[in-house]
Amino acid sequence: MSGIAAAAPAVHAHHDDRSFIRKYIFSTDHKIIGIQFLFVSLFFLFLGGLLAMQIRWQLGYPGRPMPGGGILPATMAPGGVILPEYYIQLVTMHGTFMVFFAIMPLLVGVFANYLIPLKIGAHDMAFPRINMWSFWSAFAGGLVMFASLFVPEGAARAGWTMYAPLSARHDLSGAGVGQELWSISIVLLGLSSILGSLNYITTIINNRTPGMTWFRLPLSVWALFITAILGLLALPVLSGAAIMLLFEQILGTHFFDPAAGGQVLLWQHLFWFFGHPEVYILILPAMGMVSDIVANGSRKPIFGYHSMVFALVGIGFLGWIVWGHHMFMSGMNPTLGSTFMVTTMIIAVPSAIKVFNWMGTMWRGNLRFHVPMLNAIGFVAMFVIGGLSGVFMAATPVDMPIHDTYFIVAHIHYVLFGGSLFALFAAITFWYPNMFGRMMNERWGKIHFWLTFLFFNLTFFPMHILGMGGHMRRIYDPTQYDFLKPYQPMNTFITLSAFALFASQLIFAVNFILSLKWGKKAPLNPWEDNGLEWTLATPPPHGNWDRPPTVYRGPYEYSAPQVAEDYLPQSRKLPTDREPAAAPVAGH
Amino acid sequence: MAHATATVDVMRPPAPAERGVDVYDLKLGMWVFLASEVMFFTALIGSYIVLRFGASPNPWAQPGKVLSIQITAFNTFLLICSSVSMVKAYASIADGNVKLMKVWLLVTILCGATFVGIQVYEYTHLIHHGFQPSGYREGSELAELAAANPVPYGAATAGLYGSTFFTMTGFHGFHVTCGVISMTYVFIRALRGKYSQQDHRGIEVIGLYWHFVDLVWIILFTIVYLI
Repeated sequence: MSGIAAAAPAVHAHHDDRSFIRKYIFSTDHKIIGIQFLFVSLFFLFLGGLLAMQIRWQLGYPGRPMPGGGILPATMAPGGVILPEYYIQLVTMHGTFMVFFAIMPLLVGVFANYLIPLKIGAHDMAFPRINMWSFWSAFAGGLVMFASLFVPEGAARAGWTMYAPLSARHDLSGAGVGQELWSISIVLLGLSSILGSLNYITTIINNRTPGMTWFRLPLSVWALFITAILGLLALPVLSGAAIMLLFEQILGTHFFDPAAGGQVLLWQHLFWFFGHPEVYILILPAMGMVSDIVANGSRKPIFGYHSMVFALVGIGFLGWIVWGHHMFMSGMNPTLGSTFMVTTMIIAVPSAIKVFNWMGTMWRGNLRFHVPMLNAIGFVAMFVIGGLSGVFMAATPVDMPIHDTYFIVAHIHYVLFGGSLFALFAAITFWYPNMFGRMMNERWGKIHFWLTFLFFNLTFFPMHILGMGGHMRRIYDPTQYDFLKPYQPMNTFITLSAFALFASQLIFAVNFILSLKWGKKAPLNPWEDNGLEWTLATPPPHGNWDRPPTVYRGPYEYSAPQVAEDYLPQSRKLPTDREPAAAPVAGH
Repeated sequence: MAHATATVDVMRPPAPAERGVDVYDLKLGMWVFLASEVMFFTALIGSYIVLRFGASPNPWAQPGKVLSIQITAFNTFLLICSSVSMVKAYASIADGNVKLMKVWLLVTILCGATFVGIQVYEYTHLIHHGFQPSGYREGSELAELAAANPVPYGAATAGLYGSTFFTMTGFHGFHVTCGVISMTYVFIRALRGKYSQQDHRGIEVIGLYWHFVDLVWIILFTIVYLI
């Protein structure tokens, strides 16, 4: 593809004599661990989608037998008709799987593992074995959560936020073991995230290749770094809370039991103290990877690199002091509510900086509308809508009528699906050739994008209107309420759109699976990108580099005047470049 | 660290890389891990503070009524001693005295294990007298005492007392146990001659963890037993 000496692939970097099990199952290679996370979390993404389809069926056609629902046992859906107690499990487990086992591991488990060492020029993570434990701990957590669907009395039923006392007392929720398995699974997931985060942080701080200064890091790495700090400090709080909840369920403690002097609000405070940083864990990596892809697709340096970094840091800090905006209706002190309202609104500033910088990057760029770029632009557009509806809810007086309605459901899906998932489609398509050595199909990728973009908006935009009309979230049968009856046609419309949205995702799934074997062989550096990961063979060998590469510039030198090509890889040495101060020591 | 060679001072950061924070990976990783541990214990201790000193109108059991301060004070002393012996172990290996390091490390392990043993004894003793995570067991000695003297025994808040006491001290005990197991592993490695004046990262890093666990206990002892 290019005649650049520094970009020559190091195909025979390390002789690899590991056994199959060491190589692909209990692997300590960050790339394999990333790919393991990819397959497992795509499975949970699919499962979460299946649960969502059942929710939509019940809302669109309440009380009607679900096509194919006959295979479900009578405790869930006798004759295909979804029972209320199954419906609340669906809602709970859809949220749980999507947040904890699909989006979070897709963003952090997959891309932090895969990209960080490659992008900073390291051989592997600082602690490869801890990294392996991080995957297997998350896997165990996922298995426990999955198993909870099949226990007697069914899965957890208190919503993914697990508000106490409903979640804490079996006599209230009606779920026994399922509720306990939820807590155990979350503790395992928390452990996984902590182990992962400490690895990412140490690796980024201590294992950057010579010349890779802090302000030459790609924004994806910056975003993953901030995310790792959030995960490191937020997940232990969730683990602590989940442990208290578990003790409440099995040891009969009274943390959240008002009858014994406990406080139900304590759970909400702990959960959202974790939960709001978690929101940024779910979006910051997406922002970082979109920044990389937008600059690549625009063939221009990212607009305002430093302001992008400071915006990430700012969001990462502010994320800690806004959790109360989830609790405006909880009976919390109103003065405290005003404080949280102000801090929440301040977050709009760094978020807006990022959006303007993405647009500034695209402005007068030499745009290449490849599939990753399309999805990245989709991310920016949808994130703007989701971000703006977030400002609505940040204002306490506006939040009061729309709290716990479909307006919130619309908002979370605009940022999590429209935001994070579009970014993931972009990132998976973009780094797929690096991971598997083959390209995903371009035409089907475009069809998938446009169908998803269309049906996503048809599904989730009307939910704003439902929410303004007072349609509560998590209700089983909207037709039971007179004031919601006029909205039922809209509910049916949403359901049909959601089915089409789900069907469109099958295109991505098929494209992903078939391209593994039959995709076009990936050329070196297929996107003509500047990142270090593209200077290696595709897929990169175990250990990545024979010798760590040297970095001479930032990651976004597109259309630089010094070279004929419109990209300038970070490790390509021009005659004017000087060696970095910390030069490599021979024999390392 | 796998790439470090014998000629490189492994206690220093790997020289060829872009400059990090000037500590080796393992030490940085431990600091980062301890930051997450701080958040974990903050969740537990914070909940305790909210439940005990928040809006609750009912008093909690007075110090010394349910929990034995004497035996725990001895346990605290033991744990502080083990921190000192840990420092001695580190100082010995830093001076190149491998033999003395092993002795001090063994002292630390024994102190830690005794702490856990005494805590197990304390737990069985408490449960025997009727103090359990859900509060005072009905019909137990403590439940009768609390019924006769509701204020000093915090009869109305016994459930919270049991919940927070067993969760906080239990997880601390779990951390001590993990520390003892890890130190035993380090000790076995020391017996095999893995540590030297040039490379004693394992000793330093397990020391950091041990001091952290000790510090948490000093906080717990103060807020759970003494006030």
